[in-house]
Amino acid sequence: MSSTTTDTSITSSGDPHPIDDGSGGSGIIDRAYRLLRSVPTGLLWLIVVVWTIPTLGLFVNSFRTRDAQRSTGWWKGLNPFDWTTANYDQIINARQSIGNSLLNSMAIAIPATIIPIAIAAFAAYGFAWIDFRGRKPLFIATVSLLAVPLQVALIPLLQMFNNGASLTLPGLDKTITLIPDFDLAGTTTAVWLTHTGFAMPFAIFLLHNYISALPKDVFEAARIDGAAHFTIFWRLVLPLSIPVLAAFAIFQFLWTWNDFLIANTMIGANVDEQPTTILIANLAGDFGRNENILPAAAFVQAFVPIIVFFSLQRYFVRGLLAGSVKG
Amino acid sequence: MATVTLDKVNKIYENGFHAIHDLDLEIADKEFLVLVGPSGCGKSTALRMIAGLETISGGEMKIGEKVVNDVEPKDRDIAMVFQNYALYPHMTVYDNIGFALKLAKVPKDEIDRRVRQASKILELDANLDRKPGQLSGGQRQRVAMGRAIVRQPAAFLMDEPLSNLDAKLRVQMRAEIAALQRDLAVTTVYVTHDQIEAMTMGDRVAVLKAGYLQQVDTPQNLYDKPDNVFVAAFIGSPSMNLYEATVEFDDNGGTVHLGDQNLRIGPEVLENRPALRDHGKVIVGIRPEDFEDASLFEGDTTGRELTSNVRLIEALGSELMVHFDINARTVDSGDPDAVEESDSGSNAVGRFNPRSRVKMREDVRIAVATDNMHFFDPETHLSIWS
Repeated sequence: MSSTTTDTSITSSGDPHPIDDGSGGSGIIDRAYRLLRSVPTGLLWLIVVVWTIPTLGLFVNSFRTRDAQRSTGWWKGLNPFDWTTANYDQIINARQSIGNSLLNSMAIAIPATIIPIAIAAFAAYGFAWIDFRGRKPLFIATVSLLAVPLQVALIPLLQMFNNGASLTLPGLDKTITLIPDFDLAGTTTAVWLTHTGFAMPFAIFLLHNYISALPKDVFEAARIDGAAHFTIFWRLVLPLSIPVLAAFAIFQFLWTWNDFLIANTMIGANVDEQPTTILIANLAGDFGRNENILPAAAFVQAFVPIIVFFSLQRYFVRGLLAGSVKG
Repeated sequence: MATVTLDKVNKIYENGFHAIHDLDLEIADKEFLVLVGPSGCGKSTALRMIAGLETISGGEMKIGEKVVNDVEPKDRDIAMVFQNYALYPHMTVYDNIGFALKLAKVPKDEIDRRVRQASKILELDANLDRKPGQLSGGQRQRVAMGRAIVRQPAAFLMDEPLSNLDAKLRVQMRAEIAALQRDLAVTTVYVTHDQIEAMTMGDRVAVLKAGYLQQVDTPQNLYDKPDNVFVAAFIGSPSMNLYEATVEFDDNGGTVHLGDQNLRIGPEVLENRPALRDHGKVIVGIRPEDFEDASLFEGDTTGRELTSNVRLIEALGSELMVHFDINARTVDSGDPDAVEESDSGSNAVGRFNPRSRVKMREDVRIAVATDNMHFFDPETHLSIWS
């Protein structure tokens, strides 16, 4: 496959819509696109089917009894008349309310998606288009935080949420409170605060790359038209960045919705605030006693992200910039 | 409506590059001034400094009576048209044109009136609800113009606004912009590298080279009385032919020794250029139209002829571009964009009448309008007058 794309002349890298009609053009993107177009549709469908089979198996198994799941493969249970909704019943009628846990998941995932985007968009614009002292080192420092693993911060963060943070000065018998105890232990707030913090470096990095590539002339025209930074940000940068904002929103929502580690650390045993991931783990029980409900639970859990994905994916539009400047 | 004044304006970039040297320009109210020069001469930088998009390193810039060195672009009361239009891609044509007024908090009905008026002038009425991506290049260009004129600013700044259009549309828009500027009577600074645009559109033309202002004058004066070799070669197409030569004077005019051939010049040349008497060596400049096929020439051309061998003929219908050799050293005008005029290896171009019957590789007698010749100092490259 690569043999046709090795001879590169990256002429169309700046082209706002390299994927036009598949004809003409000599850039690497055009070639890759033509190559992909030449793949027979049948082959693509085959790939789709292969990728979908595990999900299909999970779906079928979610309607089978524990015994059936354990004794035979899912392909033996394709007859819908043999199916049972017992697994779903077990989840929905569990002592710990699934509805409540879904709401908790929302209470984590929604702020953990919106807040990083809001902050990172401002930061990315600042890094990209406002000339201030120390801009470059600060940006590099921010992006290097990507290298900090989440796990090392879990316990310090938990302690901070539990007790606040304070510093006892050596020599003096005095303790300074740096961060007061907001009593966040065991709350969804602690979870989305953590998600927000850890999303920031990547969000700023991703948005910065997109925003800094927006055409400079457009901003200069806006400055002459009388726009200050905030107006430029609000009226030009945000509308033009919708594709990247949607892309990040999808990633971040899926990641926070499906998160188990942070939620389990920060919320722990507080049943009222547990998100769906923890609820499902609890329902499955120790040593997989109720492992039969896991396929059904997976579908309950996946339902919301699927809706989010399909409602946002249409914003992945290409060529929103077409017509602004002559390409 | 205002004057724009640049007084010893300098631009030095942080990396030490000195882009503009002591630029003095006085642009009168309602004047159309064209800044022209080869690539990298600083013309766009100068324009961006007027716009406020580049800081001014030294000197003083005034719009009207107000010094604007440290004034934000939005407070300078100017409108700018960019080379690649810089339209707002997510807004309709209507919103693009009205954006500045909206930011200025002009009442809605007033915005509507002015946008519709501008779109009528520019024949954009039918496209007001479209987005820039749905427009052709010429229409986008008009939207960019509309965005400028709707503001009713003190000055228009245009940065090569036609360079992205195809040749035919460029000629049409050239005339339209010039006419529009005359109708609106707004001070305009127009940057281009195309000397034809400069000559046809400007009330006055300022020629820049490597950050230095070379000459500011009306297009015809630039053509007829260039101050130096660079302006002489830059203005006019094909370029002026420039050679090293010597001059001698006698009672009845003088003689130019051009290589191994001699050309007589009349006494009025010396009357116009008395300082020429102090020069032996000169650079002599001959416009292509001052060469003509001697066999077509009515009147006496004795002593005002060259003989040469034709290397190449380009027939343009209305004229013939004839390339030939003159046995003299050519002079580099210092234009970085200048290409070797022809592949034929010749060093002279003449613009002959199409009735001429000259043929390639044949010897031809060429009449020279010697009284139109230009003379420059070989050391300073400045024009020799008095």
